[in-house]
Amino acid sequence: MIESKVLPTDYVTEPGRIRTSTGKTLKTDEMIINMGPQHPSTHGVLRLEIVVDGEIVVDVIPHIGYLHRCFEKHAEHMTNYQQVIPYADRMDYLTSMNNDWAYSLAVERLLKLEVPPRVEYIRVIMAELQRIASHLIAVGTFGIDMGAFTPFLWCFRDRERILDLFEMTCGARLLYNYIWVGGVSHDLPARFVEKAKDFCRYFKPNIVELNNLLTFNEIFIKRTADVGVLPKDVAINYACSGPMLRGSGVNWDLRRDDPYSIYNKFEWEVQVGKGEMGKVGDVWDRYIVKVREMEQSVKIVEQALASIPEGNVQAAIPKRIRPEHGEAYVRTESARGELGFYIISDGSTSPYRVKARSPAFVNLSVLPEIARGCMIADLVAIVGSTDIVLGEVDR
Amino acid sequence: MTPQEIHETLKGKFGEAAVEAKLDALQPWIRIPPNKTRTIGAFLRDDPSLQFDFMMCLSGVDYNDGNLGVVYHLFSMIHKHKVVLRANCPKDNPHVQSVSEVWGTANWHEREAFDMFGIQFDEHPDLRRILCPDDYPGYPLRKDFKVPEFYNGMKVPY
Repeated sequence: MIESKVLPTDYVTEPGRIRTSTGKTLKTDEMIINMGPQHPSTHGVLRLEIVVDGEIVVDVIPHIGYLHRCFEKHAEHMTNYQQVIPYADRMDYLTSMNNDWAYSLAVERLLKLEVPPRVEYIRVIMAELQRIASHLIAVGTFGIDMGAFTPFLWCFRDRERILDLFEMTCGARLLYNYIWVGGVSHDLPARFVEKAKDFCRYFKPNIVELNNLLTFNEIFIKRTADVGVLPKDVAINYACSGPMLRGSGVNWDLRRDDPYSIYNKFEWEVQVGKGEMGKVGDVWDRYIVKVREMEQSVKIVEQALASIPEGNVQAAIPKRIRPEHGEAYVRTESARGELGFYIISDGSTSPYRVKARSPAFVNLSVLPEIARGCMIADLVAIVGSTDIVLGEVDR
Repeated sequence: MTPQEIHETLKGKFGEAAVEAKLDALQPWIRIPPNKTRTIGAFLRDDPSLQFDFMMCLSGVDYNDGNLGVVYHLFSMIHKHKVVLRANCPKDNPHVQSVSEVWGTANWHEREAFDMFGIQFDEHPDLRRILCPDDYPGYPLRKDFKVPEFYNGMKVPY
């Protein structure tokens, strides 16, 4: 076995020479500043090594891994495919439902399993409610990054209503373990449909309120328009997905373009950035896509609630699943973008290899490309707009 | 294009020896040589009838038979077709050509595969560990990995 190559952890100082951790020598006027790992605007434990020339960012080197919990190693060492689901929950702790669903879909693809129609509806409702909850946090914390505190509280107030719905369904408010391979753990409780309809009615005017407070606020627009422009071709080359890709004007959504489950039964529109306040693909565009997606998600939830059929909530599968020898890569649209699971089965009761392709990890990798040449204050706006969750970046 | 047609195109361009395939699998895959990944990648991205501009995923795999593998999941946003490529390399001398020049996203995915499996991606611009600490001993996702008893003088509790 070859030894791991130990590379310089940090900038190595030689007489008269300072290097970045990628080995680049600094010019006389440049210096290195560390933002994070404990910095309020890095949304978790992310360290950005910034090379600055005065206030101008010359280069950004993200350092990740502070929250690495060996998800893939754990998944290989479980004794049952179902046992991986709580770990998938904890990857992106703001979109646990979507994570469970993506993993379950991948296993179901390996099993060539169809789930009952009621399950599909429940999953869509849960995933879309979760998307709203996640976008509310993204929008709220982004407001804080820009110095606006009130929208954050308003967003959390609305998110609580969604968490209440989840709590009455499965007892948990953050990490649900609700969507299982072959179905869901419980049926919807009595009066869930009614309460979810109440939420939709309650929530729609709040988006208008949020727009008046934050979206079209003069100061907010000045801070975000024309900042951190991500061109279309760079976004595709770096495989950005979700609101990040759509903010750059690419009309692309896996729910419509690579459809899974029953999304093709509902009427809704894919939202893209149009450069209303500046150039296409700037920070404001990425922000507005999230706000408009919440409206679309409410639409989907309403339609699903109106037509949810009765029936079983678990497909008939054995307690111990043994998929055939084979492999599958399945991708779904989580709140942050393309969440994919690549699972290799060797015919035993636990996966041979699980790779989680997390959208936040990939979206973060484009950061150096868009942050070069901006001001330090704008870097905060750019990091906020990429909407990363470090639990998912590091897995 | 179907996987069969993509396989035919690759065979026509790079010869029979360069590409073998398993087309009756759940998700058909094509095997490519590890020292030609960039040439083939650039061809797949730029050929007007293929245009694989979107790399969905790049994963390292330990097959536990003396081989490590890199699996590329590619997608074309224009033609909406997919392909799965595999490149295998021996575990005692794992070298695969980097494709980060072709797809920018491969940069971090390859760093992760290097971190977890110790696959050396030749001509990678910045091949450092990404998730584990820089001084971590060994490659944790290899099947023969043993958790060290001590790490930097601290006892590992499990």
